[in-house]
Amino acid sequence: MTSVPDVAATLDASTLVHRTRSFRSVSAILAIVFLVLVALVSLLAPLLPLDPSSTDLAARWQPPSAEHWFGTDELGRDYFARVVYGGRISLTVGILAMAAATAIGVVVGLVAGYAGGRLDDLLMRFVDFLSSIPWMVLVIVVSVFLKPGLWTIIFVIGAFSWMSTARLVRAETLSLRERPYVGYARYIGVRRVLVVGRHVLPDAAPTIIVAATASISNAILTESALSFLGLGIQPPMASWGSLLETAQGSLQAAPYLALIPGILILLTVLSFNVLGDALRQSVSEGGA
Amino acid sequence: MSAQTEELVRVDGLVKTFPLRNAWGRKTGTVQAVDGIDLTIRRGETLALVGESGSGKSTLGRCILQMEEPTAGTVMYDGVDLTALPRSERAAHHRSMQVIFQDPFSSLNPHRTALQNVLEPLTVLAPGDDVRERAIEALAAVGIEGDAVHRRPRAFSGGQRQRIVIARAIAVRPGFVVCDEPLSALDMSIQAQVTDLLLQLQRDLDLTYLFITHDLSVVREIATRTAVMNRGRIVELGPTAEVFASPQHAYTRHLLDAALTADPVRARARLERISARPEPIGLEPDGTSLVEVSPGHVVLR
Amino acid sequence: MADAVTPGPIDAPADLAPGDVLLSVDGLTVDLPGRTGGRVRVLEDVSFQVPRGRVVGIVGESGSGKTMLLRSLLDLLPEGADRTWNRVMLDGADITSELPRRRLPAAMVFQDPMTSFNPLVRIGAHLAEVAQRFQRVGRRQATALAREALAAVRIPDPDRVLTRYPHELSGGMRQRAMIAMALLARPELLLADEPTTALDATIQAQILALLRTLQAERALTVLIVTHDLGVVAAVCDDVLVMKDGRIVEAGSVDRVFAEPRHPYTRTLLAAAPAAPDEPEPGEAAEGGDA
Repeated sequence: MTSVPDVAATLDASTLVHRTRSFRSVSAILAIVFLVLVALVSLLAPLLPLDPSSTDLAARWQPPSAEHWFGTDELGRDYFARVVYGGRISLTVGILAMAAATAIGVVVGLVAGYAGGRLDDLLMRFVDFLSSIPWMVLVIVVSVFLKPGLWTIIFVIGAFSWMSTARLVRAETLSLRERPYVGYARYIGVRRVLVVGRHVLPDAAPTIIVAATASISNAILTESALSFLGLGIQPPMASWGSLLETAQGSLQAAPYLALIPGILILLTVLSFNVLGDALRQSVSEGGA
Repeated sequence: MSAQTEELVRVDGLVKTFPLRNAWGRKTGTVQAVDGIDLTIRRGETLALVGESGSGKSTLGRCILQMEEPTAGTVMYDGVDLTALPRSERAAHHRSMQVIFQDPFSSLNPHRTALQNVLEPLTVLAPGDDVRERAIEALAAVGIEGDAVHRRPRAFSGGQRQRIVIARAIAVRPGFVVCDEPLSALDMSIQAQVTDLLLQLQRDLDLTYLFITHDLSVVREIATRTAVMNRGRIVELGPTAEVFASPQHAYTRHLLDAALTADPVRARARLERISARPEPIGLEPDGTSLVEVSPGHVVLR
Repeated sequence: MADAVTPGPIDAPADLAPGDVLLSVDGLTVDLPGRTGGRVRVLEDVSFQVPRGRVVGIVGESGSGKTMLLRSLLDLLPEGADRTWNRVMLDGADITSELPRRRLPAAMVFQDPMTSFNPLVRIGAHLAEVAQRFQRVGRRQATALAREALAAVRIPDPDRVLTRYPHELSGGMRQRAMIAMALLARPELLLADEPTTALDATIQAQILALLRTLQAERALTVLIVTHDLGVVAAVCDDVLVMKDGRIVEAGSVDRVFAEPRHPYTRTLLAAAPAAPDEPEPGEAAEGGDA
């Protein structure tokens, strides 16, 4: 007879929760395939015969063809190469900014949630304070003091988008802290850092993963927006966002110049979100 | 044997209040979860603490262990006043005072193996080169052996998880174990097995139990003395057989009547009696002190 | 109580004329999607009869399928469940083909009243909604019916309770309110899924006594699912013992408890609480002191 826990688990899911079967769903597979593809191409770019910088003014605004897969841009450069190198930048910013934001957010959230009391109040007021500053103003002010560029933008996004992660993690921690096995660890005298790391963090992982993937999506979108506004990546470096900005001028003549990076941003963000969902499902199923 | 060494745990005037908060987090009043308890637990006995939800029995157990800080009163363990000790010095006594919780599903860290869960108190409270052996020994004592110890809790049934929880409690060789509703979440047939295990361990390891429960049938089997709690106070306390045979307090009688039994004739008769009764009134533990009605048997009057 | 194909001793329906059986189910089988793919069979060829006006207990441990049995009657199975049966008869008429379109004249009381009520809606609104839906009356009359229902379940001060939110009531009161809600649907069959498991012993006894009283007052037929033999002994006339998705024994409570035939039934009874006290001394000392 099939084991009892099997049935119990199905019942727990209840009729109200739509069960996606983790990595077995079509969208999850597509998302992973897409992201792997993008990642591979981005990583291997230097090894591929791509030249994003040589201009050819005779061949400007060529539509996509066998020779130039994505056509050419306003300076006759191979757009496929431009997009690939732009993707490297966009993804780099996304991942690094996410890493920074998640790290800060998790630490703040865990400390605030576990310690409670005054420390919690203090940290949360700080979070509220940062969240209430209009973000654009923040960015503009910061960019006055820092030269616009790759590291500036990573810093700006990372330093000012950790607040929602912190709130999420804090909420998780508050409830996880009440679990009997956490109470037991405290009772027998396990050091606080260990209690949090060993007993609280693993169960907060699903939440953190969701927050992280949302963070990547957010970072990519933000970078695109900033670059589009001219505050982010500066030429000659390009990211998908800055490519969008440049493409503005040629929307009538060469719509593909805007469509391609735009669609790529959309697909990438979408894929990260779907992946995040699937990861969260599988991690939480692996738990209690 | 002097009275001093016979008493393992002594509680005097224990009070625990919790603040009541409204939706905005503001304090609107207090709740007396434990309202002045005097209690002694003798070495080697099993004292059952019986009551319904809200009676304060779990809170009392936690206060004795010092998992919660009492608002007032003292707790003496083996002659040492725990309430007077600073937090840092209490750890040594926690080795001797262990706990078993109600819900086997949330009492163990789901991401660590059974062995790792049992190892934890050993490495903190009784470190040594042989911690691993001792952990394995404890697991074997409850019937979990071989490769099974490397499995995570989700691979075990409810009864088995509870056994792991028990193993974790006895691994450090405690003297006193608070069992907080250890059987409530288990199927009936498993309950009997776990009860037997607890009794056997008590014999083998010379344990003293504080058995907190709402289930009277179990109490009968394993408790030497029984204390009945209602609204934070003890309303009756005495040798189990006596309390069951001649309950003195109205609340105790009410509890006994409400206990269902697997005898249809008797069960139906009880139900008739209960439906004939008006809404239970006057069960508030009015009364100010515990009065002795027979040797060792006290009632709140 | 008759039972067609289970591998266990069953009682022949002593003198059960067809009109005496309210509900008869034959060959119920339910599959659920398993956690790791594949399917889990939670009910295997279950057949039973529910005589009119009786209280039938369905008892078993976790995983026996007892809750699924109840839910399959009301089509409340989890997503992906597969339910098949050979025949369902209601009051002597074969309604197999009419289900699931047609509803059984049944109402259900759940285990945890907290999750069965919408925390943002007052009790009065909950009850009135049911009354309006099932008794086709207007708002005002529905509220009057709601008040009546609360009184029927012996809730003191029904007018006040009507205006309360679920979380403002105690566990016992909530359960009574849920029973009242079920009654407003005017069911012939009342299904109760572990109705007292989450309650304290004294409240449990009161709720069970209430169920018995209501059943007698309104000639209800009641199906109670429980893991507690004490509940069965106290309230039920007949019992179905389930294990691993099958009915292993069925019969009147008196017979089954006195002479259990299936080994599993014997195991269950052996593990059940014995009478905590012998001659009812509580009775003798009643009225003795404060």
